[in-house]
This record gives sequence, structure tokens and C-alpha cells, in this order.
Amino acid sequence: MDTLIAQLQRRFCDFTISLYHQGFLDDQFTELKKLQDECSPDFVAEVVTLFFEDCEKLISNMARALDQTGNVDFKLVGSSVHQLKGSSSSVGAKRVKGLCVTLKECCDSQNYEGCVRCLQQVDIEYKTLKAKLQDLFNLEQQIVQAGGRIPQVDI
Amino acid sequence: MNKGCGSGSDSCLSSMEEELHVLAVDDNLIDRKLVERILKISSCKVTTAENGLRALEYLGLGDPQQTDSLTNVMKVNLIITDYCMPGMTGFELLKKVKESSNLKEVPVVILSSENIPTRINKCLASGAQMFMQKPLKLSDVEKLKCHLLNCRS
Repeated sequence: MDTLIAQLQRRFCDFTISLYHQGFLDDQFTELKKLQDECSPDFVAEVVTLFFEDCEKLISNMARALDQTGNVDFKLVGSSVHQLKGSSSSVGAKRVKGLCVTLKECCDSQNYEGCVRCLQQVDIEYKTLKAKLQDLFNLEQQIVQAGGRIPQVDI
Repeated sequence: MNKGCGSGSDSCLSSMEEELHVLAVDDNLIDRKLVERILKISSCKVTTAENGLRALEYLGLGDPQQTDSLTNVMKVNLIITDYCMPGMTGFELLKKVKESSNLKEVPVVILSSENIPTRINKCLASGAQMFMQKPLKLSDVEKLKCHLLNCRS
């Protein structure tokens, strides 16, 4: 008979694996988890929170720059996307990072339409990831509250 | 021949038992947080700086009117810096450190997200200890420490 804990743990494992397989997360997220322990039990959550704040701020900067029709500061867009690419790479946000690469290319070639389209995709993508990670953290909490341990997932 | 950090072989031997004090320089907050955590897990004392100027100030190479006697106490054994930073790049920081009589023995490691051979060679030619790819992993610091300890002997 499957206990509640076992069910939750299985759901957690399946969900984690799907996030990697669907390309939302990569190896670097695994590396982040290695940095979490009893001394720093919320490290991953803290870092991803900072990341999503970064996303919001940088995307907003880029949107504003792109809004200045006829006078777009592509240098500003370029430096913002460089930052975002760095952050997404550091937290293992694989899809966001991929879109940043594309956005950077559009920016380097001053492709206005491309930049606007790409930025919209980056916006959608980071929000999607944010929701998924929230679900993941909620699952963790449920496991802990039920008295269980969070399983180590081998990708 | 003592190629390592520290002012002499005596301090090298004794500082092998002490914690490595690392100055980590990066304009990106998330990367700073990451590097700091990785270094702390690896038993290093960490100071972070968000740009080259702040780093130089901490090292006592800032405003010449500010003679900071504190920096002599908080000796830095290693500098890890991002390459791409606004204002002063990691490369420029490297050069300033290597030009300083006080600090030129301190190993400087350059981190970059981009693997550009000319960039790598330029940094190594200017005295960088190592050039590593971002993002930094826990295993990278283990390798780094081994490398540094070997250099000290």
C-alpha cells in the first residue's frame, strides 16, 4: 500500500525528471542543488527568486528600450540580454538561456522585429519556468510536512 | 622557487593550514552568490566585490589617499574575477594586480561564459593563473585548490 509520502515522493521525482527532459532545466540546476544543505537549506529557492527578479527587471529594461521606435538603444538591449543570458546559464534555466542567445543575435544584427518577438518569448518562458519551479517547491513542502524526506533524483 | 601566493615560504606553509581568503569579483548578483556559496562550502573565506574598482579599493590599490591598513590584515590569497564587467574588465583588473608590487604574487583566476582562445591567451599571457568557464561548479573549486596548493610548494 502506497503511503502518502511515497506518492508525493514519486510525484516529485517524476515532475523533476520531466522538467529536465522537457528542457526547462539543465545540469547547472543539479549543481545548484549540490550547494544546498542544512546550513543553507533554502539556497536554491533564494537563487531562483533572485533570478526571476532579474528576469523581470531586465525584460522591462529591454521592452522600454525597444519601445523607443526609431531610436532604439540596441547597445542597452545587448548588455541587458548578456546579463540575462549569464543569469539563466548560472541557474540552469535552459530554455530561457536558449532564447537569450537568439535575442542577442537579433540585437547584434539590429533586427527590431526579431528582438520584439524574441523578448516576448523570453517573457513567456521565464514565467512558465517560475510557475513550474513553484510547483516543485510546493511538492517539496508537502513531502516535508507529511514527515518525509525529499528524494535525490538522478537525471 | 616560491611561485605561490604569500610573501614568503614561511607564510605559505602556515597559510596552508589557514583558510584560503578569496576575493570574488563579478557584476552579476546571482553569480556572486553562487561563487560565494561554492567557496564557502570549499572552506574558503570569501569577500565579494561587484566591480573592479571596488575590488581594487579592497585590495588597497584604490584612492592613494586612503591608506587602508585593514587590507594588510585581511590578506587575500586568491582573486577570482569575471572577465566581462562594465567599467573595468577582469582583464584590466588582472593587469592592475600584476603591476602592483604588493599584490603581484596573488593568483588571479579569470571566469568567462565565452570560450574565446584569444581572450584566454591574452589573460594567461598577462599572468592569470587560470581561465575557467562559467558557470562555476563545485568540482571546479576543488580542482582550483589542488592547482594552487601545488603551485605553492
